[in-house]
Amino acid sequence: MGGAIAGLFMISAARAAKAAVQTVLVSTSAPKGYDPTQHKWLMCVDDNKCIGCGLCAEACKKENGVPEGPYFRTWIERYIIPKPKPGSGQTRGEAIVDSPNGGIPNGGVSAFPEPTLPKDQIEHAFFVPKLCNLCENPPCVQVCPVGATFRAPDGAVLVDPKYCIGCAFCVQACPYGARFLNPVTKTAEKCTLCYHRITRNLKPACVEICPAEARIFGDLNNLHTDDPIQKFYEKNRVQVLKPHLGTEPRVLYAGLDKEVR
Amino acid sequence: MNEVTNIVVEALPQVQGYVYPNEAGLHPVWSTLIVIYPYITGLVAGAFIMASLVRVFNVKALAPVYRLSMLTALAFLLCATLPLLCHLGHPERCYEIMMTPHMTSPMAIFGFVYAWYLMAVLLLELWFDFRQDFVKWSKTTPGFQGLIYRVLTLGVTDLSEKSVRLDMKMEWILSIVGIPSAFLLHGYVGFIFGSIKANPWWGNVLMPIMFILSAIVSGIALCVFNYIVLTWIRRKTVDMRCLDTMAMFLFYALLVDAVVETLDVLHRGFAAEEGFAVLQTMIREKLFYTLNIGQVLVGTLLPLLMLGLLQLLRRRVPEAARRTMIFCSGAMIMFGVLMMRWNVVMGGQFFSKSFRGVMSYKMEFAGQEGWLISVAILCLPPIILTVLVKLFLSESEHLKPSEHLPETGANS
Repeated sequence: MGGAIAGLFMISAARAAKAAVQTVLVSTSAPKGYDPTQHKWLMCVDDNKCIGCGLCAEACKKENGVPEGPYFRTWIERYIIPKPKPGSGQTRGEAIVDSPNGGIPNGGVSAFPEPTLPKDQIEHAFFVPKLCNLCENPPCVQVCPVGATFRAPDGAVLVDPKYCIGCAFCVQACPYGARFLNPVTKTAEKCTLCYHRITRNLKPACVEICPAEARIFGDLNNLHTDDPIQKFYEKNRVQVLKPHLGTEPRVLYAGLDKEVR
Repeated sequence: MNEVTNIVVEALPQVQGYVYPNEAGLHPVWSTLIVIYPYITGLVAGAFIMASLVRVFNVKALAPVYRLSMLTALAFLLCATLPLLCHLGHPERCYEIMMTPHMTSPMAIFGFVYAWYLMAVLLLELWFDFRQDFVKWSKTTPGFQGLIYRVLTLGVTDLSEKSVRLDMKMEWILSIVGIPSAFLLHGYVGFIFGSIKANPWWGNVLMPIMFILSAIVSGIALCVFNYIVLTWIRRKTVDMRCLDTMAMFLFYALLVDAVVETLDVLHRGFAAEEGFAVLQTMIREKLFYTLNIGQVLVGTLLPLLMLGLLQLLRRRVPEAARRTMIFCSGAMIMFGVLMMRWNVVMGGQFFSKSFRGVMSYKMEFAGQEGWLISVAILCLPPIILTVLVKLFLSESEHLKPSEHLPETGANS
């Protein structure tokens, strides 16, 4: 009994020590002096504006050194909604979705091939940028056995690569397919909102490069009168992905179609 | 160059429909190692429940397999975390699960449930059960083996009536604590999958219950298998009363398991929630052989039929045929439960969380996620069990015929 109590004390002491070390040395790539409690980051996507150029996905890979292959922190999906077959009684055909190489252009040529359907059979076609949904209730954080993935006070969901054990539980738990195991570091990886940039008053790479201004990024705690986020809110009715899961995403979409999951 | 491209294309998983780009990786992130992890843990829980039938529920007909069941549980429990460990990207950081656990994570809590079960339940109960024997054997066995027994007495060599009574009381208490612990152990494994709401194949409140029931079934089947094999190796006669009682419990456990799993399927079909279409594809195409043939037909229906027939016509079936039927049922159930683990773990990764596409993959042979390492880990518990049986289950003392009729179902 005494041994068990002593063991419990040792474990709690070790936990306390580790937690103290973590708060000081946690790998977030933020500069010294950055106070995450003073910010509340928000990402909005005006889906009506996305032209599917894929520059955001390309910039993300370069900026963050994401490995080649099927590993993406952000990507673009294309949805083609065919017209319904005559007499089918349906409002639309079955959606055709693709995202070849995450939508990253191949040497200036669009990643998306010509649609196989003739144009007169297509009812709608549109692109949807995807990324980590920055959930208020992130399932990935909930399941991490060691707490290597965590939600910073500023809303960013981050992974400490020095602490992650690579069990991939978070990859399974993310409903949005936003996580992957880095084949080089063998740890979980995801969109960090370019934490190394936003903590230095820069925009995330994908927002910076978007030519259509489809991605809007801002700080809810430091809004100014003509802030794009403010305008986005005033102009649009917004939606989130998979709301029924109760994850409460902080990536808000305007102009989403019901086919988008 | 073309050849290289072909190899790469062949190695990439085949994708039908649309899957999120991150899901189109080289293989599912949880592979065969995670299939055998719940399988081994389930065998532990099942074997322990089987032993509890003797200790707590006083089913005396099963007394000959009590110690064998306990040693089986120990041998498999010692290997239960190996698949998880081998699967980790950074196994050298595994101690973090215990040292700085994240308390909302089912995987972190499993570490504690495992430690509790191994240290506080199984090892203690075994020690109390074997202590008197350790004392006797340490006096009669010479050499290194005698030294092992002497060490295992932990210096407690008192064989007075009072101390023996205390041993038995402690065993009884530990067995009672052990039953909910065994349920917790495997229920938690089920919860690891059942808690993932992003995946409709996994996220299900019935998942822990199905895992517990299938664990009990596979554990009893393993004990049947081990008992018959051990008596055959030792050229002893099988105690048919014991075997028939095991078959009876196996039949009822399998029946309850089958009913609950059918209930799960019916509920899914009735609710037909988001993603139901892709789940139908899984049952009809991707998991057709492992689910319909492996799990349902070979692992459930045929054993139910054979064991059910034995319950009805036991007296008319000759002993040798009964033995063969029970042995085959046990082996088929163990195979079926392995298929069930495969269907749960792999099935949950064969479709995209966009519910728009399915994936398939070629199982690797070598490498971290290859099946070779899984087979090697599956071979370890039987090897450990052989050593344990050699050390602690002497031929003359144990596996002897039961002296009493079972109190439960004595006339069945």
